[in-house]
Amino acid sequence: MSQRGVIVGKPYERLSQEQVEIINRTSLDLLKDPGILCYHEESVSMLEKAGAKVKATREGEHDAWWVSIPEKVVKQALDTAPSKVTLGARNPENQVVMDAEVTRIHFGSGSETNYWLEIEPETFSSKKDGREQVFPVMKKSRGNLGFLARSAHLANNLENLDFFIRNVNVQDEDVTTENKDVNVFFTSLNNITKPVVGGIADFNQLKQVVGMAEIIAGGREELVKNPVTSFITSVIKSPLQVVAETAEKLIEIARMGLPVVISTSPQGGSTAPIDELGMVAQVNAEALTGIVINQLANPGAPVIYGAVPVRARMDDLHDMYGVPEFCHYNMACAQMARHYKVPCYSTAGVGDAKVPGVQAAVEKMFTYTAVPFAAPDLLHYAFGLLDKTQTFSPEQAVLDNHQIGMVKFLHRESGVTAEAAEETRKVVREVMNSPYRMYARHARKMLRKGGIFEGFPFEGESDDQDETLLKLHERFKQIEGEEPEHLPEDMCKKIFDQTPGLLPRLNPHAK
Amino acid sequence: MKEELIERIVENVLQGRRDKDDEGIEEDYAGEPGVAELVQEALDNGIDTNTILLEGLSKGMEQVGQKYETGEYFIPDMLTAAEAVEAGMKIMEPHLAGEGESEGKGKVIMATVEKDLHDIGKNLVSIMLKGSGFNVVDLGIDVPAARIVEAAEEEKAELIGLSALLNTTMVNMEDVVRELENKGLRDKIKVIIGGAPTSDDFAAEIGADGYGKDAFAAIRVAEKLLSGGNK
Repeated sequence: MSQRGVIVGKPYERLSQEQVEIINRTSLDLLKDPGILCYHEESVSMLEKAGAKVKATREGEHDAWWVSIPEKVVKQALDTAPSKVTLGARNPENQVVMDAEVTRIHFGSGSETNYWLEIEPETFSSKKDGREQVFPVMKKSRGNLGFLARSAHLANNLENLDFFIRNVNVQDEDVTTENKDVNVFFTSLNNITKPVVGGIADFNQLKQVVGMAEIIAGGREELVKNPVTSFITSVIKSPLQVVAETAEKLIEIARMGLPVVISTSPQGGSTAPIDELGMVAQVNAEALTGIVINQLANPGAPVIYGAVPVRARMDDLHDMYGVPEFCHYNMACAQMARHYKVPCYSTAGVGDAKVPGVQAAVEKMFTYTAVPFAAPDLLHYAFGLLDKTQTFSPEQAVLDNHQIGMVKFLHRESGVTAEAAEETRKVVREVMNSPYRMYARHARKMLRKGGIFEGFPFEGESDDQDETLLKLHERFKQIEGEEPEHLPEDMCKKIFDQTPGLLPRLNPHAK
Repeated sequence: MKEELIERIVENVLQGRRDKDDEGIEEDYAGEPGVAELVQEALDNGIDTNTILLEGLSKGMEQVGQKYETGEYFIPDMLTAAEAVEAGMKIMEPHLAGEGESEGKGKVIMATVEKDLHDIGKNLVSIMLKGSGFNVVDLGIDVPAARIVEAAEEEKAELIGLSALLNTTMVNMEDVVRELENKGLRDKIKVIIGGAPTSDDFAAEIGADGYGKDAFAAIRVAEKLLSGGNK
């Protein structure tokens, strides 16, 4: 079985059991009154049949229903929702195996940014003394399928990245609403052997994407066992509204028996209360709503409690990620999901900064060090995201990979056992009786069995310049030179034959 | 037989194995002879000390140095390899004395200067010098200048290696140079210095002969100074 991710031995419990219960109670009360505002008729029917009280209304041009969800409906959904969910992968060794009762955390990328920001080193000469020096210059481009392929290939080669959520929004001229999903899913799956998780833009392409995944997995049953792609649905529009089109996708994915993340992303200060209790009570109610609809559609379907609560900036109401409240929200949500014994999808590692550098490093390191202590099963947004998720920087992703390696190492077991203590006594006695009393031999043993962290691999030699970005660029280019792990030719042929809308230029085996 | 034995000495230096009880970097060395046993076996088979030293122990250390340069080996690997060489040298000592070559690459007095209690850097250099074939007398920490010079004179050393970690104690290095001058020994005994606050410039300022920015640099400087016909 895959052993990706790292076990957090003793998760930090920010909330006491009493506080967990207060939030649970508040969320359940909110689901009853005011209830949710649902724009999806089928969801309303299922909820009503299960025991919810429904009242029709009109919201602008749309039919809508106020739905008061009683506690027993939520409880029943939580009873049927599995605590174990597996995200499959082209290489089964890369599967992400989640168990809400085992505190193993996995780190992933995401989400779709509009810009690709790459470093182009350039030589400048000093106006003062003519001295030449190389500096990293940033080149910003709009996202396209080419960048998506490169980011998937990069993600495949970042050893600390456990699952892939596409991080580039494609804006190619030949990509339309009608063919976008098949092309982005194919580009992802064709370049990475780790779990691919993503949203579906067009309901009509869901079956084609699943068909493609079935070909890769080796059939329908095999896909359910090894779901090489899983889905994300933003079924909730905060506060507490169910979006019709997304609910339709959520129900269909549940019926297919494929894993789906219920992702809800309220902003504290605008679409949710800014205080921790208010935010967590609402985001929790929203995640529970998604789980209820999913489980009503197919009891026992694999579902993941997804919470992406963020705080608003007070000067312009943009999202703000690198702040303590963000950690409070996400840590509390991870604890709520564990309380319900449902795997949790959480967030950390976004830089509010526009470019890689000191600000980005501070913001990222702060959140993806803190949030993992609460041990969510999945931590997305952790690689390369800048400018509040507007920009993906591959060099930043390379740095994040290293930083996340440190976080994973931080959570390693202490190694304190009675057996190890005997060895310690032996080592100290031996060293105290040696001429120089140095532990070099012991350090070497630890070094060789991977017990010593590598240190910072992007250290420069300059006395007057931080060369980290240039070193990251070198490493990124080195990774780009690695051979891609494309899907085999016969598989590609089958996929292209059976998937309308796939752009022939994406076939790596095309003559 | 001879080539194979020498090759195994090199291999065990690379593995940092002093004797049969030591683990290697790789597994499956348990119980196999280490450098001490192999050197003894080589001597028993009539292989001369010069061959053991140059083609076995020194060659092993050279390869360790190369692996360090390429990032394959780290300081603990170098130190354990140097310890393995030292274990082999101990076995060879009585035989070397008989051949009148007991000084190896030269005799070095090592010390951390007066009022300074730090010894990691000094120990590192001492171990590495031994591993590289120098005969090292380590006086320890907090050693007054007069005692260092006295020991160098008694031991007929050609080189003094001084270490200091503090800005407040590095000035005591100069006392050693002055003491050598006062005793008329300055032409016979070279002085190298090292330690975090020291530098090439500081070495020049106090009249030392060389500065090692790390243990490997110190060895290179020592080899250069003692191969210059100044013995």
